[in-house]
Amino acid sequence: MYDVIIIGAGVTGSAIARELSRYDANVCVLEKCEDVCEGTSKANSAIIHAGFDAEEGSLMAKMNVRGNEMMDQLAEDLDIPFKRIGAMVVCVQKDTLDGLQTLYERGVANGVKGMRILSKEEAMAMEPNLSDNVEGALYAPSSGIVCPFILNIAMAENAADNGVEFRFNTKVEQITKDDAGIWHLRTNNGEYKARYVVNAAGVYADVFHNMVSDKKIHITPRRGDYCLLDKEAGNHVSHTIFTLPTKLGKGVLVTPTVHGNLIVGPTAVDVNDREGTNTTAAGIADLITKANQQVKDLPMRKVITSFAGLRAHEDHHEFIIQEVEDAPHFIDVAGIESPGLTSCPAIGEMVGEMLREKMSLTPKDNWIAKRKGILNPQTLTMEERNALIQKEPAYGNIICRCESISEGEILDAIHRTLGARSLDGVKRRTRAGMGRCQAGFCSPRVMEILHRELGIPLEEVTKSGGRSTIVMERTKGANGGEA
Amino acid sequence: MIPYDIVIIGGGPAGLAAAVSARKNGIDKILILERDRELGGILNQCIHNGFGLHTFKEELTGPEYAQRFIDQVLEMGIEYKLNTMVMDISPERVVTAMSREDGMYQIQAGAVILAMGCRERPRGALNIPGYRPAGIFSAGTAQRLVNIEGYMPGREVVILGSGDIGLIMARRMTLEGAKVKVVAELMPYSGGLKRNIVQCLDDFNIPLKLSHTVVDIEGKEHITAVTIAQVDSHNKPIPGTEERYTCDTLLLSCGLIPENELSNKAGIRMNPVTNGPVVTESLETNIPGIFACGNVLHVHDLVDYVSEEAGRAGAAAARYVQAKGIIEHSDEVVKLIATDGVRYTVPVTIDLKNMADLQTVHFRVGNVYKNCYVSVYYNDKRMTHTRKKIMAPGEMEKIILQKKNLLKEEDLKTITIKIEAE
Amino acid sequence: MERKELTCIGCPMGCQITVEFDREKEEVYSVSGNSCAIGDKYARNEVLHPERTVTSTVVVDGGDKPRLSVKTAGNIPKNMIMDCMKAIDAVRVNAPVKIGDVIIENVCGTGVNVVATRNIH
Repeated sequence: MYDVIIIGAGVTGSAIARELSRYDANVCVLEKCEDVCEGTSKANSAIIHAGFDAEEGSLMAKMNVRGNEMMDQLAEDLDIPFKRIGAMVVCVQKDTLDGLQTLYERGVANGVKGMRILSKEEAMAMEPNLSDNVEGALYAPSSGIVCPFILNIAMAENAADNGVEFRFNTKVEQITKDDAGIWHLRTNNGEYKARYVVNAAGVYADVFHNMVSDKKIHITPRRGDYCLLDKEAGNHVSHTIFTLPTKLGKGVLVTPTVHGNLIVGPTAVDVNDREGTNTTAAGIADLITKANQQVKDLPMRKVITSFAGLRAHEDHHEFIIQEVEDAPHFIDVAGIESPGLTSCPAIGEMVGEMLREKMSLTPKDNWIAKRKGILNPQTLTMEERNALIQKEPAYGNIICRCESISEGEILDAIHRTLGARSLDGVKRRTRAGMGRCQAGFCSPRVMEILHRELGIPLEEVTKSGGRSTIVMERTKGANGGEA
Repeated sequence: MIPYDIVIIGGGPAGLAAAVSARKNGIDKILILERDRELGGILNQCIHNGFGLHTFKEELTGPEYAQRFIDQVLEMGIEYKLNTMVMDISPERVVTAMSREDGMYQIQAGAVILAMGCRERPRGALNIPGYRPAGIFSAGTAQRLVNIEGYMPGREVVILGSGDIGLIMARRMTLEGAKVKVVAELMPYSGGLKRNIVQCLDDFNIPLKLSHTVVDIEGKEHITAVTIAQVDSHNKPIPGTEERYTCDTLLLSCGLIPENELSNKAGIRMNPVTNGPVVTESLETNIPGIFACGNVLHVHDLVDYVSEEAGRAGAAAARYVQAKGIIEHSDEVVKLIATDGVRYTVPVTIDLKNMADLQTVHFRVGNVYKNCYVSVYYNDKRMTHTRKKIMAPGEMEKIILQKKNLLKEEDLKTITIKIEAE
Repeated sequence: MERKELTCIGCPMGCQITVEFDREKEEVYSVSGNSCAIGDKYARNEVLHPERTVTSTVVVDGGDKPRLSVKTAGNIPKNMIMDCMKAIDAVRVNAPVKIGDVIIENVCGTGVNVVATRNIH
């Protein structure tokens, strides 16, 4: 039996797991996929929002601003790529210019620091590729960009290093409470029991909430299509560029990524399918049209991939972070849509504090606050790199040529805590396969490494777990030549 | 820093032929840097026949064709390093390379020959809507898995794009027992060679649907089906023409892109049409002493032409090294202009002083032309007018210019190549 | 008399060839549109006795690669392709192998050998 079971190993579940790992408690994270960061956390804008967008006084606003504040320390402790590049909200219609003032005032009320309203000229001087239609902009220097994969992975790794258990490929199917007040979670991998359950299940959070409560909540998967552009286009803008928000969210944004690509998106389409991450031609066309309204000469020919993510939109557009009224010891962390990525450390802190108090948890003596990321040899001098290769020759073997990722980094990704088990797992940890050839060159090589290091047949190596195998069988029959 | 006369980036067909040619032209210290575990490049996985008719006057498979050049390289004692990735080339021709065995090191090259080849356009760049499951491969990746590693990606195959690798893989997968259901091609003509349509598709009754594209991909973990639709003249899908094909594999053969990351780092000027360097008659880039040949320069459809071009690059690099970098350039540089259906030319300039007696100019057309003329103008004067039964974007064309004719022309500034109806 | 339009596969030029022939009498009256003798030969064969070269791989043990590429050393009748593949699939060889080594003699009675197209160490 566990003290706490967290459902979901996305950024929210992982942030909570890390906070709980500070205390003497048996904590387990149940994740239906084969890795952390498989749902909403892996497909979003990767923005650390300043916090001027959420409604004044809302939990969303509070979590956003607090999460933003916490990000520097978190990035330093956990070795996460994070840059405060600042954001601009541009206004492209003169008659809506006062919208910038409204945003500014909301930001001030929310506690966002350093904002300024820019004239057209100031905005253009800071960001020459803004559309000629731009009439003015709100500038928020505290906005940043992060690698969402590494943020998620790092928090989970650190939690695991501090004793939190992670159970992958474990899908919760039913939740019941026994007479002793213990939660029973039936899964495809047997039953798990716990005193407390934290529901951090993203687009599925309403499903689990509604299993235990008569006061139903409703979450809509809201799909957003994105295009990711080549690093050659990464300097097209140097800030995160939003347009004034509309009813359907923040509109599209154009921003450099922390790794130097350019990302454009997302659209906002409500769907029924909680796994409906398919892009559509209409969605991509829509986001290109919208993006062109705020930024000119967007080099859309440099798109290297497009993808879609689902936000967990709760009907009241507010984070639900509380013990369920009619289900004591069941904590909802639901409706975590944008600015969820930004908020995750604050949510972790809040839920950690809540459970510490409720469960009278005591801090561990030997809690490890820091986590070392996978070494990036590109940050080394040639002498340092040679010393590394001499010690560990795999660092001299480049596997992904687009991103210059060596075998050494891939081996580290596979063998570290909560290591990679699939091509996508390797990709999100090392960036191998994330470049402009989109794994055409490196995928057979990474498959080979996974096959060798995990001791599994090549036919069992997957793209992302489950049935996503890559090759089906050997040519010439199972044994070959014995047909 | 280790000095070499000529460093060749890539040990595929272009790099091998360039090395052999440089040696024949008197260069001693040559080094080939190859990132794969063997020489030969992509030819090693091209196990089909049809290579070498021009070069060796016989029909060879890819590995056999490569071996002919590898044997010459070995006989000549030309140095090469395998499993070696070139990380950087500087404008001063300092080549930074890395391998397990040698670590990271730098070489000062007298001349550099770029022979990195090309790569396939990935799904992402095609913006195909739908899910992103396993089971989607560029045709060349599948070719490597099947032919080198000996694994089948799947049994029910749809192919998007009729590039040669896609056509070859249609036959290959069929021979290995898979069912290739359809090849869809966005353009109204095939991007591959005609002979491949006959012997890879027609022979096996595989339908080729021109002016069709994939409009949806189904399958959350592994691909389960694709939907194909006809497109209009603006390449937009026509509603109501959708057809769904169940499949476990989607192969993409939608174009090749020269692999010029290193060239860009070195500051080499690129031609936006070919995605390869802008080169002179000597196949020299805008950076003196850096030459380019093969698919990194422009995508070829015949390896024989790659070898021929690489031979010229090797000879030109040898001349550069022997002249210690002091090659006299005349004021008489003629610019080649590609227009009216001609998409590009390689080279783009010809120095009348340095040109050979015969200068090959390669080009591609932008559409299918039947019974048209290839016209060559010296300045504004039409000099040749050659009737062609058929020309297609998938097939590289060439003309040969004679130095003596160019010299005869007074004040020659431009040579224009265009397609004319009559 | 029949008349057939063919795309020559003799080389990548892909000439459009017109053949006039009589299937019953197994006689070709004319070949036009080809640029060389290969095209003439191809057209005459193609209408009466179409042939192809088959290339594939066979399993190789003890070598530096798991598969050895092979080809029929000459053309075989087109309708024998799948039979030839069956024969190729049934073969297992041991390294080392050199280009040109005979892997299958007289495959399916065609009189053509299947030979190695790679060196395996």
